[in-house]
Amino acid sequence: MNTFAIRTQQLTRTFGPVRAVDQLTLEVRQGEIFGFLGPNGSGKTTTIRLLLGLLQPDAGQIEVLGVPVPQRAAEVRERTGALLEHAGLYERLSAADNLDYYGRIWRMPAAERNQRIHELLASLGLWERRNEQVKTWSRGMKQKLAIARALLHRPQLIFLDEPTAGLDPIAAASLRDDLRTLVEREGVTVFLTTHNLAEAEKLCHRVGIIRQGRLLAQGSLAELRRHEALHLEMIGRAFTPHVVTALQSQPAVKRVEANGARLLIELAAASDPAPLVKLVVEHGGQVEEVHRSNASLEEVFLTLMEEEEAHAH
Amino acid sequence: MLTDIWTVMRKELQEAFNLGDRVGKFGLLFMMFSFGILLPWQMGRSWVESPITLVYWSWVPLFLVNAVVADSFAGERERHTLETLLASRLPDQAILFGKLLAALAYGVGLTWASLLVGLVTINLFHGEGRLLFYPPAVALGVIGISLLSGGLAAGAGVLVSLRAKSVQQATQVLSIAIMALIFIPTFGLQALPAAWQERLWNIVSGWNVTQAVLVAIAVLAVLNSVLIGAAMRRFQRARLIAD
Repeated sequence: MNTFAIRTQQLTRTFGPVRAVDQLTLEVRQGEIFGFLGPNGSGKTTTIRLLLGLLQPDAGQIEVLGVPVPQRAAEVRERTGALLEHAGLYERLSAADNLDYYGRIWRMPAAERNQRIHELLASLGLWERRNEQVKTWSRGMKQKLAIARALLHRPQLIFLDEPTAGLDPIAAASLRDDLRTLVEREGVTVFLTTHNLAEAEKLCHRVGIIRQGRLLAQGSLAELRRHEALHLEMIGRAFTPHVVTALQSQPAVKRVEANGARLLIELAAASDPAPLVKLVVEHGGQVEEVHRSNASLEEVFLTLMEEEEAHAH
Repeated sequence: MLTDIWTVMRKELQEAFNLGDRVGKFGLLFMMFSFGILLPWQMGRSWVESPITLVYWSWVPLFLVNAVVADSFAGERERHTLETLLASRLPDQAILFGKLLAALAYGVGLTWASLLVGLVTINLFHGEGRLLFYPPAVALGVIGISLLSGGLAAGAGVLVSLRAKSVQQATQVLSIAIMALIFIPTFGLQALPAAWQERLWNIVSGWNVTQAVLVAIAVLAVLNSVLIGAAMRRFQRARLIAD
């Protein structure tokens, strides 16, 4: 059985002089929520369009659910669902009619279609309002409906392009909760693009970071953090200049800052902080508490962006 | 494929009947009133006996199809629903023909409904105890020409709508084209010297109605094929997204 839901090799697509996707090599495992992160215009939407066979690549290979794209893109579209850049709902129709239309498109038998529409709308809290025209709904409700539409035919993989973009924080949090619950229940693989790092941190098992069409890194958050500096905070007394000098002489230590009862140490990625506590004590420092803080996804993201920028110049 | 076409067509018709504001619905009712009641009542028996009514019945579907086809193609893109549809399992041609046939069914269906209302009107006000109906050649012409002129509007509508930035722009371009199609020959004929007009009228009067209808149907069928072929070449996922 193929363990990858998506694999791309050296995927490239240009629009005139712009390389929207540049030699992208990506792997998304079956059953995971994969976050594809990048600033606006970094190539996230183009990547989804390429994966769905809506655009032709200039170079490279794509395999989605074990099927080569664009050669057999119709097969991929048969087995996937999508919430693209826009919700894509028919606003003059009711929510139920929108789902019914897509259920018919996927040739779901009437009884199964109706049961599935009920199941999805009820779990998203939209069932009571199913007969209202979608144009009367809030943006958050529309996004939920669009997610229901993407999941309607029980696809193996869904593409969600910035699903919480433009939502207020409460609506975004509600959508995230519903999305997590639905995805866990359905066991579907999710390819989710976002520039909301907190969202990716909450939802995704693994992430890929893209900028100007190039993949800067991919992996689980823990894997990405290994590339990022580690922060150590010691609380205590007698953090003298002698202690600071001793710490600065250590190869793993990048920066030390003594601030009264606090000692802040920045360590190189994947360093072991334990010997440093011993060193501080040996040099007369009195340590009461030690806090180790991992880099947030935002820090990882910003570091990668800065590195890429420096590399580009 | 046929199931897919019917799925798209069904949704398009559902939207078409939800389409428009009060002004749009009033316009539709006004058109049906004009061609179903007012004109038959005013023209009397010539409404069914004169071949000139063929011209009217070729105009009506143009207006009706125009509004729906522009909304169906340019509107779907303007409202950002097209890409989601293209990301579904539907083949390009099922989407294209579903939309085309829905516009045609709407426009030609309402035209034929007006035609039936017109027959009721003419028999009510001018029947004098006899059943008035179109001569066979005119009846064939009315049905065939209205269907094919609807097809013409649908085919041209697809091509214009796929290039238009908005529904409004597509509707405007199509309306201007229809107006040109109607008014240029009408005013052109009136601008001719009286002697020429009389000669032309004599030539037209001498035509065999059946032959004229068949020629018109053949010409329209060829134009329909050309436009639909062009629409099929234009309506392809990769092109639609890249545009």
